[in-house]
Amino acid sequence: MSGFLSIRNLTVHLRGGGPILRAVTMDVAPGQVHGLVGESGAGKSMIGKAVLGTLPRALEITGGEIWLDGVDLLALAPAARRKQIGATAALIPQDPLTALNPGKRIGPQITRRLVDILGWRKSDAEARARDLLDEVHIPDPVRVMRSYPHELSGGMRQRILIASAFAAEPRLIIADEPTTALDVTVQKQILRLISDMQTRHGTALLFVTHDLGVVSKVCDTLSVLYAGKVVENARMRRFFMRPIHPYSAALLAATPIYTDPDRGLTPVPQTVIDAVEREVEHHDVRAGA
Amino acid sequence: MRDARGDVRRPIGLRLWLSGGWLALLTVAALCAPWLAPKDPLMQDLFLGRMPPFWMEGAEPGYLLGTDSLGRDVLSRILYGARLALIVALVAGTLTCVIGATLGLMAGYYRGWTDRVISRFVDIWMAFPPVLFAILLIAVLGPGLVSIIIAIVIIDWTRFARVIRAEAMSQGAMDYVASAQVAGRTRFGTMLTEILPNVLPTIIALLTLEMGIAVIVEAILSFVNLSISTDSPTWGGMIAEGRTSVHQAWWVLVFPLITLFLTVLSFSQLGEGLKDRFDPVLR
Amino acid sequence: MALLRNILIRLITTLVTLFGVAVIVFVVIRVVPGNPIAMMLPPGATDADIARLQAQYGFDKSIFEQFVIWLGGVVQGDFGQSISLRQPVAQLVLGRLPATLELSLMALLMAVLIGGTMALLGTLFRNTRTEGAVDVTAGMALSIPDFLWGLVLILLFGVLWPVFHISGRISPSLNIDFTTNFYLFEALVRLRFDVVADLIGHMFMPALALAIPLAAIIAQLLKQSLKETMHLDYVTLARTKGYGENHVILREALPNAVLPTLTLVGVQFTFLIGGTVIIERLFSYEGLGNMAIDAVINRDLPLIQGIVILFALLFTLVNLVVDMLYVVLNPRLRHA
Repeated sequence: MSGFLSIRNLTVHLRGGGPILRAVTMDVAPGQVHGLVGESGAGKSMIGKAVLGTLPRALEITGGEIWLDGVDLLALAPAARRKQIGATAALIPQDPLTALNPGKRIGPQITRRLVDILGWRKSDAEARARDLLDEVHIPDPVRVMRSYPHELSGGMRQRILIASAFAAEPRLIIADEPTTALDVTVQKQILRLISDMQTRHGTALLFVTHDLGVVSKVCDTLSVLYAGKVVENARMRRFFMRPIHPYSAALLAATPIYTDPDRGLTPVPQTVIDAVEREVEHHDVRAGA
Repeated sequence: MRDARGDVRRPIGLRLWLSGGWLALLTVAALCAPWLAPKDPLMQDLFLGRMPPFWMEGAEPGYLLGTDSLGRDVLSRILYGARLALIVALVAGTLTCVIGATLGLMAGYYRGWTDRVISRFVDIWMAFPPVLFAILLIAVLGPGLVSIIIAIVIIDWTRFARVIRAEAMSQGAMDYVASAQVAGRTRFGTMLTEILPNVLPTIIALLTLEMGIAVIVEAILSFVNLSISTDSPTWGGMIAEGRTSVHQAWWVLVFPLITLFLTVLSFSQLGEGLKDRFDPVLR
Repeated sequence: MALLRNILIRLITTLVTLFGVAVIVFVVIRVVPGNPIAMMLPPGATDADIARLQAQYGFDKSIFEQFVIWLGGVVQGDFGQSISLRQPVAQLVLGRLPATLELSLMALLMAVLIGGTMALLGTLFRNTRTEGAVDVTAGMALSIPDFLWGLVLILLFGVLWPVFHISGRISPSLNIDFTTNFYLFEALVRLRFDVVADLIGHMFMPALALAIPLAAIIAQLLKQSLKETMHLDYVTLARTKGYGENHVILREALPNAVLPTLTLVGVQFTFLIGGTVIIERLFSYEGLGNMAIDAVINRDLPLIQGIVILFALLFTLVNLVVDMLYVVLNPRLRHA
C-alpha cells in the first residue's frame, strides 16, 4: 500500500439499484493533502462517508477495499471498525450550523470522546480542548467551552469543529466541503486555518470539494471524480500543467484562475461530457460481464 | 425505493378492505336485524339465565352466543344494538364534522376576531373532561337518542375545529390562495374553491375517526346507564351488564366487547386508509 | 420584558378559560329538570320544607345572583356544600384528588416507559420487521380508547388470568391507617411494601388502560422525531468519533428528539386525566371521576361545579408545567 489511506476498487450501490461509486481507487499519503474534486452528484462525499462508515442506509458497499493505517476496514467487524476509525481518523463536516449538538455545551462535545473512547483523564481532555481552541484563534476558550452552539457564529462553530477534529491527533482528517456553508470572507480564513493546522500537526488530509481553485491552494495530490468514477489521479503540479483526461482539462478550463481573463470562462464542452459518459458506460459493461 | 413504496401500499389496501368489510357486515346486520336475529332481543326468560354459548356444555339450542342474567339472547341484542350504534355514528359523526369543520375553516382562513372568538371557545372546551361533560349534558337533556347525538356534537366539535383551523391557516398562507384572491374571487368563494378541497382528505379521515368515537361515547353513556331507555339493547348496556357478572358469565361481556372493539378499530383504520389514499402528496 | 409579558398574557388567558368553564357549568347544570332539593328530603316533606332548604342552598335566587355568590365564595376557597353528601365541596374534592393524581401519574409513567421503549426499538431496528411491528402496534393501540382497553384488561388479568384486582383502590383487609390520601406515596415513604404491592395490584389495570393510547402517541411522535434527528450532521459526526449505535441514539439523538415530543404529550396527558372519569368508574376506583359521575346522577350541583373546576384547573396546570419544562430543557430558551 502506498498511502496512509488506500482505497482499492471501492464500489457502492444503491440497495437494489444502480452504482454510486464505480471501482474507485486512490491514495492519501501520510502527512499529505489530497484533493477530491468533482461536480455535485459525482459521489465525492460518498467516498468520505464510506471511509468513515457513515454511508446512508440506502447505500451498500458491494466491493473493494479501504485500507486505513495498514488495516482493511471492510474486513473488520462493525465494532472493531468503529474503534479503528475513531482512533485514527476524524471528520470536519460541511455545515457547522448542524454539526454541533444543540443540546450540549461546546466543552463536552470536544472532550467527551477523548474520555469515553480514548480513556483520557477529564482534566487532560479539558486542557487539550482549551489549547486547541486557542490554536484555532478562538478568544476566551474557557467561556466558549461553557457556551451552547446557538450562542456562537457560524465561523466560530467551524473553528470549533476543526479544533475538535484535531483533538485526538488523528492521522487522517476528512474535510467534506468545509467552507461551502460559510460566507466568502470567512471561507478564506477557514481554509488557511485548516491548511496551517494540517502542516503543524502533520496530519494526512482528504479534502473533498467541487472547487478546483481551493484545491490548487492547499493540495499536494488530487483525484478527479466523474459519475462515481475516478478519471484521473495526479500530483498537483503535473495536473495543472498537463491534465491527462479530457474531462480534467475541461474542468481546469472552467475554473477562473487558470483561464485567460480576456477569454472568460469556458464551460465543460458537451463533447467531453459525452466522451466520459461513454467511458463510464463501457466500464459498467465490463464490470457486469 | 420502488420496492419499499410497494411494501407500504399493500397493507393500506388490505386495511381498507378489512375495515370496510366489517362495517358493511355491520350495516347489513343493523338493517336486517328483525330477520337475522334468532330471538326477540327484549324477551326475558329467567329460566334460561346465563346460558353459555353454543360450543360449551349446558348450552341451550337456539341461543348461539348464550344469554344474559335475564335470559335475553346475546346475539340478537348485539344485532339490534348495531342499529343504535350505526345511527349514532352516522348522524352524530356527520353533524359534528359539519359544524366543527365549518368553524375551523372560518377561524383558520378569516383569522382576526373570528379566529380569536372560536379559539377561545376551543380553549374552554379543552379544559373540560369530555366524558364528564357528556354525562352532564345527558343528565340535563334527559336520556334518549337525540340527547346522545346533541351531546356528542357539543363535546367533539373542537376536534375538527382545532385540526381544520391549523390546516386552513397553512393553506391560506400559500401563494395560490393569494393569486385566487387577486383574480377577483370573494373571500368566501376562495375558501370553498381553494381551501376546502385541500383540507378535504383530513376532514374525511377525521369524520370516520369521529364515527368510531361516537360509537364509544354512546357505549360509555349506556355503561353509566344514561343512554336511551334501559331495556332497549345497546352494546354499552350489555357491557355494563357483562362487567357485573364477568366471573359468572364472561360471554355477556366478551361478545359485545369484541363487536365494539372491531367497529371502533375499523372506523379509525378506514379513516387512516382513506387519508393516505386521498392525500395528493402521498399519491 | 417579553418573558414577563408572555407570563402575564398566559395568566390572563388561563383565568378567562377557567371563568368560561365556570359560567358554562353553572348555566348548564341549572337547566337540569328535576329538583335536587326534593330528592334529598324524605317523601311527604311539605312545600315549606322544600322552600326553606332551597333558600339555604340559594336556589331561590336568579342564576346570575347565584353565580356572583358562588364566585365570591370561590375566591375565599369556599365551594359550597354538597347536597347529597352534606359536607363542604372543597373538603370532599380535595379528599378524592390524591387518588386521581396517583392514578394519572402512574399511567403517565407507564406511558412514557412503554412508548419510549417502543420508539427506541423502532429506531434501533429501523427498516426491519421490528419497526413495522412497532408501527402496527402503535396504530392499533391509538385507535382504541382507554375505556375499551380497560374492559379488555379486565378480561385478561381479572378473569382469564386473575393476577390483579379489578375493583377498588386498596384491599379493606389491610391493616394500615393513612394520615394523607396519597396512599401510594405514603406507603412508599413508610416502607410498607405489602401495602405498596396491594395498591399497585389495584392500580395496575386502570393505569395501564389509560396509558396505552398515550404510549402509542409517544411511540409514534418520538420515533418520528428520532428519525429526523438521526439524519442530522452532529449525529453522523458522533459516529465517526467511534461511538456505537446505542450511544448515538441515547446520548446524541434522544435528548434533542424529546423536546418536540414533549409539548404534544402535554396536551395528551390532559386527555388522559379526562379519561380517569370513566376508567375510575369501570374499576370502581375511589377517585374524583367516580365521585363526579355519582354527583351527576344525584344532581348534586355544588359538587359537580367543584369537580369540573378542579379538573379544568388541573388541565391548565399541566399545560403550564409542560411549557416550563420546555423552557428548562431547551438551551436556546434558557439563555434567551
